[in-house]
Amino acid sequence: MNLSMSLVPLAFLMWAVTYPSRALPMLAPGIERLPPRAVTYLRLAGPSALASLAGVNCLLTSGGPRSLLIGVEPVAVLVCVAIVARTRLLLPGVAAAVVLVALARAWGMG
Amino acid sequence: MTRDGMAISAYALPVGLVFGLTALQARYSLLDVMANSSIAFAGGAQFAAAGLVKDGASWLAIAGVTALVNARHLLYSAALAPYTIAGTRRERAVMAHFLTDETFALALAHFRRIGRFDRRGYWMAAMAIFVPWTIGSALGYLVAGAVDTNRLGLDVAFPAAMAGLSLGMVSGRRDVAAAVGAVAVAVPVGLAAGASVGLVAGAILGPFFGLATPASPNEESSAPETPEPSAEAGLP
Repeated sequence: MNLSMSLVPLAFLMWAVTYPSRALPMLAPGIERLPPRAVTYLRLAGPSALASLAGVNCLLTSGGPRSLLIGVEPVAVLVCVAIVARTRLLLPGVAAAVVLVALARAWGMG
Repeated sequence: MTRDGMAISAYALPVGLVFGLTALQARYSLLDVMANSSIAFAGGAQFAAAGLVKDGASWLAIAGVTALVNARHLLYSAALAPYTIAGTRRERAVMAHFLTDETFALALAHFRRIGRFDRRGYWMAAMAIFVPWTIGSALGYLVAGAVDTNRLGLDVAFPAAMAGLSLGMVSGRRDVAAAVGAVAVAVPVGLAAGASVGLVAGAILGPFFGLATPASPNEESSAPETPEPSAEAGLP
């Protein structure tokens, strides 16, 4: 087994460029006294960021030059969204998406 | 909260497994994988970094991409700040290390639901992702080749979970406009300039779509000084 630690410093470097964005607003004094419009912006940032992650990861191909992904994956994510909207539970939605994609690929459609 | 955390854990384990597989292909060692998952602890950036390591990119480039991909945490941290201010400074400094998409989504929804900071709730949210993610990464590395994650459809778990979590944070038409606007920005920008740039562009510009949308009655009635506690804002 490879027991090298050559990429451990890279993990610390990644931490060093990530931690400030995670910590600074929490540690900055007075952050709770933001103007209402800024607070609204930040509240909207949550669904925006998560929707961006979902959109990019299911609508764009990975690896090599990016292109629009036409396949079962976006449909599976929509199925997940529909189930979550109906049940308010995440796990059944994710499970249904995974099963749908697995079945589609088993049938040569994925 | 417990049920939502279990749902996150249930998907974090297989996604961590996929990261372990990816890292093996990029010639990480097991220690590298464990360090990456526990120290960097940033799923999307870890995948991006593994791809860059595999392609022989410089560490400076990897640091730049990591900073870009994780810039959205600034918004998460600021959104949680009105609640976490109730904790000590040292505690907040430690909590910040565990702030991820999933921790944020679970914790903010929980805080909104109960209308205050809940230390135990935050740590439950953080551990719901940290523990299965690090274990999954190691397992994925160790059992690489034994499982065909693509054939099992596990690669769709991440976007599906992100979409479901996003929906769980929607409490009015402004949230919907922000989420849809974010995707409308992220996808074309991602096509043109790369996925990480698209991600950040969508996260930054999406809220402006929400701000430009008239608030629905339940949004208007909420106090503007803090993120709105809302029974409807709970996670799925």
